[in-house]
Amino acid sequence: MDVTTSTLADLRRRIKDEGISSPAALLDALKSDLVSKLDGDRELHYDDGGPNVWLFVGVNGVGKTTTIGKVGQREHAEGRTVVMAAGDTFRAAAADQLALWSERAGAEMVRGNEGGDPGAVIFDAVAHAAARGVDLVLADTAGRLHTKVNLMEELKKVRRVAERPPGRLSEVLLVIDATTGQNGLIQATQFAGAVGVTGVVLTKLDGTAKGGIALAITAGLGIPIKLVGLGEGPADLVDFDPQEFVEALFEPLAETDSVVG
Amino acid sequence: MFESLTDRFDAIFTRVRGRGRLSEADVDQALREIRLALLQADVNLRVVRDFVGRIREQLVGADLSHSLDPAQQVIKVVNSELVSILGGETLRVTYAPRPPTVVLLAGLQGSGKTTAAGKLARWFKGQGRNPLLVGADLQRPAAVEQLTVLGGQAGVPVFSEASDPITVAKKGLEEAVRLGRDVLIVDTAGRLSIDAELMEEVRRISETVEPHYTFLVIDAMTGQDAVATAEAFHRTLELDGVILTKVDGDARGGAALSVKEVVGRPIVFQSTGEKQGDFELFHPDRMADRILGMGDVLTLIERAEAVVDHEEAEDAAARMQRGQFSLDDFLDQMQNVKKMGPISGLVGMIPGLPKEVRNAQIDDSMLGPVEAIIRSMTPEERREPGIINGSRRSRIARGSGTSTTEVNSLLDRFKEMQRYMRQMAGMPGIGRRMAKATGKSGARSNKKVNNKKKKKKGR
Repeated sequence: MDVTTSTLADLRRRIKDEGISSPAALLDALKSDLVSKLDGDRELHYDDGGPNVWLFVGVNGVGKTTTIGKVGQREHAEGRTVVMAAGDTFRAAAADQLALWSERAGAEMVRGNEGGDPGAVIFDAVAHAAARGVDLVLADTAGRLHTKVNLMEELKKVRRVAERPPGRLSEVLLVIDATTGQNGLIQATQFAGAVGVTGVVLTKLDGTAKGGIALAITAGLGIPIKLVGLGEGPADLVDFDPQEFVEALFEPLAETDSVVG
Repeated sequence: MFESLTDRFDAIFTRVRGRGRLSEADVDQALREIRLALLQADVNLRVVRDFVGRIREQLVGADLSHSLDPAQQVIKVVNSELVSILGGETLRVTYAPRPPTVVLLAGLQGSGKTTAAGKLARWFKGQGRNPLLVGADLQRPAAVEQLTVLGGQAGVPVFSEASDPITVAKKGLEEAVRLGRDVLIVDTAGRLSIDAELMEEVRRISETVEPHYTFLVIDAMTGQDAVATAEAFHRTLELDGVILTKVDGDARGGAALSVKEVVGRPIVFQSTGEKQGDFELFHPDRMADRILGMGDVLTLIERAEAVVDHEEAEDAAARMQRGQFSLDDFLDQMQNVKKMGPISGLVGMIPGLPKEVRNAQIDDSMLGPVEAIIRSMTPEERREPGIINGSRRSRIARGSGTSTTEVNSLLDRFKEMQRYMRQMAGMPGIGRRMAKATGKSGARSNKKVNNKKKKKKGR
């Protein structure tokens, strides 16, 4: 709502200031306004010295494990060595799922016991990476609802472990499902407050969903969208492009006509 | 779910409540606010329009100006409309005369199908059925392994093989017949509604197993897209209902309020927590009461009945009446409350709580220290907290990893509780009712308590 209001206010001001009179010019003004709202530091950071840790967090079922698999493949293809840390010790067979991805990505994987301490798994993974001179640790975490105080506390602890040398925590990526509604903003607020999110991965942007919540998150909280998941294939993870994203927002989908109706 | 809506309705009704009469302008104002509240809750625009329209119609016809308590009438109309957009009636599962009763689950990726399949299997088991789970999600890595683990937790067998989903479903059905299982739950791969190939696949699975129930699994946090998804799946599969998951992560409930109106199919189950037992039938009438801040006592009682042992409860009540309620009893009761699900969820079911209490962040792990303190006491101390002196206090604090301040505050609170209970027992009406409820089990209960204490000492 807030973003909607501020966008409309901006637009009204520009209509006056720039003397916009045609619908096409208005649409262009709106688009450029939205694109500028989506601006931010979209780089995935990597610091030299010591294995870098990228921590992946989010609610249940948004696609954290799949995203790690794809990021792993990407980084591997770019010549970095990767260890995946199966920090989701809660969901049944989550580590098995990650194991398959690590094979596909040519990465090693460190896992613990189901129901074990996620911090310990990440600690082991960092130690392992440091010993072997591995560049990057991709740390999975169990999906957790942002409303669960104790699980968010657990996540803070995981972050503290990931920060400890020799590891260098250079990204905390919040994975958000593009079909999420207004709830996504609350998720982002809570996760950012708990573990300091550096960027968002917007997944499942290949369906009917347009991921409008990305706007609210970047404009409202200043957290940039860094990556976008467009499908199930390994190559379907791409850098976020604000221009393209905004164009897609305005593309009519025949199927959704009745919904808007 | 619905907490934010509850707050909004609360504010709207407070404004109309207590007024002798409502003018047309008052009603218009209230309706405008309801409309805005629903839109902010991610409810589909079309649904909001119809909903507000129907309420207006009924209120105009009701001739509010002559009614004695117009606010009550407004609430009544809103309530009945809420029940209807939430689906009207609770699902009553009918079982196929020739088993197995087949249940097919479909939905987008990550909506929680596999978890819901495990929970549903457990639910059917609780109904006295013998389900078989079929893992037809051969797409997501390790989905079948996950289902196998969940089946193990629920004590339900799982069938799958590495062929193709349609063959797996077919063989699963044969397996259910062979093993004499009376409910078959088929978990399928997550798919996008716009992926024609995968939609065709799930349609063929459906043709193969001819489900009696086809449920769409939807994440409660989904926004407006929930409706598009439901419509697309409904076109392919003829849905019977929706299973709403992760409702504990969502305060708005927009998906819940939109699905029935748009697809014409109700929500049948809701998944409310991480544990396998956090799964229940969806009751539209109770949910409407909860949205309007009237609590949900029925569900609360049902949950309590499911976890409380009646004899033990009677024993505790009898001791409470005699003023002998001990810290052991207190611990038992705390354990029972924990079994009833996340405490924050229970609070929402209690009627008439002020907004501050309802929305307070209550974390179950806050009970941890209390439990540790009591467990660090000797049986004698638990029975007779009066004997706990300074040195015992510091021992208990050390043993439980807390501070003496925390031990003190627990003991103080407990003393107050005891005094309160004695007062209640002293009241003639309540005393008699309690005596009636506990009946003549007094002597027996005493013996049982002694046995229990001995056991605890033995540890």
